Amino acid sequence: MINFQYLRTSSAKSAIALLLKDKNAKFLAGGTNLIDLMKRGVTAPEKLIDINHVPLKQIEQVGSKIHIGALATNTAVAEHALIKEKLPLLSWALQAGASAQLRNVATVGGNMMQRTRCGYFYDTEMPCNKRQPGSGCGAMEGFNRMHAIFGTSEKCIAVHPSDMCVALAALDAEVVLANHKGERKIAFRDFHRLAGDTPQLDNNLKTDEMIIRLEIPVSNLAKNYHYLKVRDRASYAFALVSVAAAFELNNNKITDVRLAMGGVAHKPWRLTASEDFLKGKEASLSNFEKAAELAMKGAKGFGENNFKLKLAPNTIIEALNLAKSKA
Amino acid sequence: MKLSDQKPNQGDSRRDFLKKSSVITAIALTPGIAVKAAENNVDERFAELFEKIPLNLTVNNKAYQTSVEPRVTLLDYLREELHLTGTKKGCDHGQCGACTVHVDGQRVNSCLSLAVMNEGKKITTIEGLAEGDKLHPMQAAFIKHDGFQCGYCTSGQIMSAVACIREGHAGSRAEISEYMSGNICRCGAYPNIVDAIVDVKDGGATV
Repeated sequence: MINFQYLRTSSAKSAIALLLKDKNAKFLAGGTNLIDLMKRGVTAPEKLIDINHVPLKQIEQVGSKIHIGALATNTAVAEHALIKEKLPLLSWALQAGASAQLRNVATVGGNMMQRTRCGYFYDTEMPCNKRQPGSGCGAMEGFNRMHAIFGTSEKCIAVHPSDMCVALAALDAEVVLANHKGERKIAFRDFHRLAGDTPQLDNNLKTDEMIIRLEIPVSNLAKNYHYLKVRDRASYAFALVSVAAAFELNNNKITDVRLAMGGVAHKPWRLTASEDFLKGKEASLSNFEKAAELAMKGAKGFGENNFKLKLAPNTIIEALNLAKSKA
Repeated sequence: MKLSDQKPNQGDSRRDFLKKSSVITAIALTPGIAVKAAENNVDERFAELFEKIPLNLTVNNKAYQTSVEPRVTLLDYLREELHLTGTKKGCDHGQCGACTVHVDGQRVNSCLSLAVMNEGKKITTIEGLAEGDKLHPMQAAFIKHDGFQCGYCTSGQIMSAVACIREGHAGSRAEISEYMSGNICRCGAYPNIVDAIVDVKDGGATV
């Protein structure tokens, strides 16, 4: 690892001030992705600002929302009584990700900021428009079994690797960001970007901004829910396809529904057409099948990942079935 | 002067440049920091010109006051500086769990943690589990159930297994498998590892 300057701060204000002074600095939270990328030479920041002592670890209900600080660990969130009771979908998604050791260290903000696990992004000998804009995409005609089928661009077909983010996209979370001038709040669904012409940008966080907290509305989606992750081994592997499904039932009629997919796009992929179709309908297999069919509109395979075109709708149907049977 | 006596003119190395530029940065920031420290509860520690910075931590109940380069991982610090080589380097990328240690009671991959991030923390490694010559119940159970073949992953497995019970995630064989999934065993001793954990859990010994 190329050496770097190490700074430590215990307030968000000073962390932001340090970042403002040096845009090439990076925040260091759990480090489980950043340190790995630095070891492999994918990134080599000259300065790391250790923010682990900044007091942003809260998990609390404020009015009708649950606030989660950016530095709460994945384990702390997943195992918190409030999250298990009111946002069980988020708890499940978190437990489906990484390993116990990684979840103990990895933070909510770091989870949002993690980079793709595309092999071409990680291998510095290979072309990658995300790592080195303009160098080309090795995955497009290469080993692309793990890659995207939705919202791809000619520059990049990488997927966002997070499970937590899929649940947050489904739950209509918001993100509070701050810079030296103040705070702004954006929808979680607008935090991550599609690759487009700028695959080097994973998200819409500005270079002078820090993630402060999540705000998640408490809803009636804590009864019929499921996070179904399909992967190459039973645990501790990235998703081939994952589905976050939650709905509210009233006399077997769906009154509210959320669906989002992971492992299929450059960002958590919310299935709004499927949701619109299911609202007001009966929670039946035929309706689930129709919703899955609607979700696949515009999907495109790149060779090795063609199997996802069949796996994705099947996973949606199964996730909805499992959510229904949970009642 | 002979040609061979001449030093090649390579100019400043990247390292020299970074040293100098960081001196400038540090100087430029110092007065402001001093003021802000009072205002914002700042505890900023500038890497000493990319050299070693102070580190205080406790490993297996012994306090250490040393200094390390910021890029040194907790794993390398334990093995290379403290010569606690029970903790193993497997993949060095957080994928195998061989480097698992406890930090303030929580299991972590020491390969993905910088030593300097652990300032003031209490670390327990495999060397800190036994009490003198008396093996920890989990160590004894791994021997009893033959929970290893080559043994390379074993210290990580044991550290993780102890944490698995402490966390309350050893309720069933399925739960144990799920919560031990961050520890890979290429010999495939998994059934025996689960047997060992079940035995310790059911035995009710304090872990």
